[in-house]
Amino acid sequence: MTGGEPGAVGPVGPVGPVEPAGPAGPESAGPEPVGPGSAGPGAADPGAPVVERRLHPFTPLRRAWVPIGAGIGVLGQQADRAQEWARDAGTGLGTLILVAVLVAASLYGFLSWRFTSYAVTDTELRIRTGLIFRRTAHIRLDRLQAVDVTRPLLARLTGVAKLKLDVIGTEEKDELAFLGERVAQDLRAELLARAAGFAPAEAARVGEAPGRALLRVPGGRLATSLLLSLGVWAALTGGLAGALIVWRASDNLIAGLALLLPMLGGAWAASGGRFLAEYDWTVEESPDGLRLDHGLLDRAHETVPPGRVQSVRIVEPLLWRRRDWVRVELAVAGSKNDVLVPVAARQEAYAVVARVLPGVDLTALAFAPSPRRGARWVVPVWWKGYGLAVSPQVFAARKGRLCRRTEIVPHAKVQSVRLTQGPWERARGVADVHVDTGADGTVTARLRPAPQAHALLAAQATRSRTGRATSRPDRWMT
Amino acid sequence: MGLPGRLLTLRRLLLVIWMTVLAVATAVLAGLLIGPAWAATGLVWGAVLVWGWWLLGRNWRSWRYAERADDLLISRGVLWHEQTVVPYGRMQLVEVTSGPLERRFALASVQLHTAAAATDAKIPGLAPAEAERLRDRLTELGEARSAGL
Repeated sequence: MTGGEPGAVGPVGPVGPVEPAGPAGPESAGPEPVGPGSAGPGAADPGAPVVERRLHPFTPLRRAWVPIGAGIGVLGQQADRAQEWARDAGTGLGTLILVAVLVAASLYGFLSWRFTSYAVTDTELRIRTGLIFRRTAHIRLDRLQAVDVTRPLLARLTGVAKLKLDVIGTEEKDELAFLGERVAQDLRAELLARAAGFAPAEAARVGEAPGRALLRVPGGRLATSLLLSLGVWAALTGGLAGALIVWRASDNLIAGLALLLPMLGGAWAASGGRFLAEYDWTVEESPDGLRLDHGLLDRAHETVPPGRVQSVRIVEPLLWRRRDWVRVELAVAGSKNDVLVPVAARQEAYAVVARVLPGVDLTALAFAPSPRRGARWVVPVWWKGYGLAVSPQVFAARKGRLCRRTEIVPHAKVQSVRLTQGPWERARGVADVHVDTGADGTVTARLRPAPQAHALLAAQATRSRTGRATSRPDRWMT
Repeated sequence: MGLPGRLLTLRRLLLVIWMTVLAVATAVLAGLLIGPAWAATGLVWGAVLVWGWWLLGRNWRSWRYAERADDLLISRGVLWHEQTVVPYGRMQLVEVTSGPLERRFALASVQLHTAAAATDAKIPGLAPAEAERLRDRLTELGEARSAGL
């Protein structure tokens, strides 16, 4: 806290906009400086007072919708009783109550907007919220993993956007909702520039770093790839068959439907839902990391900072293999977005992976299978899917026969190494090696020959230690 | 290094107490509800006690930890064997805990935390002096070789 700047605490803010002037058009969007003597959004000169900024004036409208919507919902549900009651009490009183609710809701919306502000200082982003219970979130910029701009459908129509902040060690994302679209872009660029280590004065000027398109997934290919997923068809046929059997057996249509609906929901989430979310997926390279843009209705904009990727997973479903398509997922500490490329030809996907894991050549990885003698009786059929490759940069383990998954961890990201061996495995002379990463993930190389596993345990500990020395710093601009 | 013998004593004492309680409860219930002769079923817990006694000893003997030049190695388990290696540079936090029973037996546990939740590096039942020495030593080494995520 720098402290002492006037108007830092909401309720007694001296100047600032007195009236939000209704839902102002998007063109008037802008962070409104609250403190006197502030020089607008760009006031990041060293020594200048920290500027508290407000959210977009559209916000109270959204906030007010909650109580209004709830009120209407209750009325709708109790329509009969409400009508009766309104007749008894006379229409005058009813209107009065409706108006009172409306006023209270708008007041609530306005106040909660008025009491929410944010400020960017040299080291942190401060967000103050709360009407009655004040809450101030201090987000350290060097702990910032990624900043995402998302535009839900309604917000897209009104020209505003939501800023989501990924911070190490927090469960839920802090968010700034809503900001003008332009403001959100600028703030995002500024935060990332500062997190990357640019001087504060420079950070505001650097602006959105220019990007270079790496990959764009055509809608047709996305649709084809989703149609070629076995899981969806299995869920559909399984659900239908199960529902039919239950219906036949019990002569109860409801029971059948009850079985079918969750299956349909799951199938929809894995196909239609994914299509909506992953439509027009573009990957752009920029100095602040890889930028992902995607979504048909809700546009999302995400950034994957380089050097913070804990592990990468290459997924090859059975039906994609003839076309040589792959899906790339990744784990970033503190972040929930996990898809890097929803579907792409292997070469294109590997080119993108090479950006997040510099110096790693995935095609050069030679996977050694598990020993036939030992593994065959521990995991009967699926043992053939297991494989392990260790290069100077990464530890890569493969598993699965129908849907092949390859997980790749840079040695620099390994937190601890474990070796486990159950009684059955010992009898067959094999052991498992687990590698734990910071994104709460564990990559397991299963069923390695026991002597090899012990050697791997020792070697991996050494590699994870030395790998660190050669990896990129977190503040990649400094 | 292995673990002090007091840990084994504590665990075996707990085993004896629990088995006795269970045996008495089983014997009384069976004796009252079915017939006096059935009270002998309580002896089943005696067999469990012998088996557990042997298991505890075996497990206790299997525990090893070693402070190596750059990492800590913990090895444990007989049937389900597990070895954990944590490089000093990756330790985020070292924790020494001691419950009421452990304190009574002059024991303390050292737990290491890294950024990975799956890291399971706990050394139970050390002598308090050794636990504190280990904590200080690990913290010191961790600082010297510190690395982030």
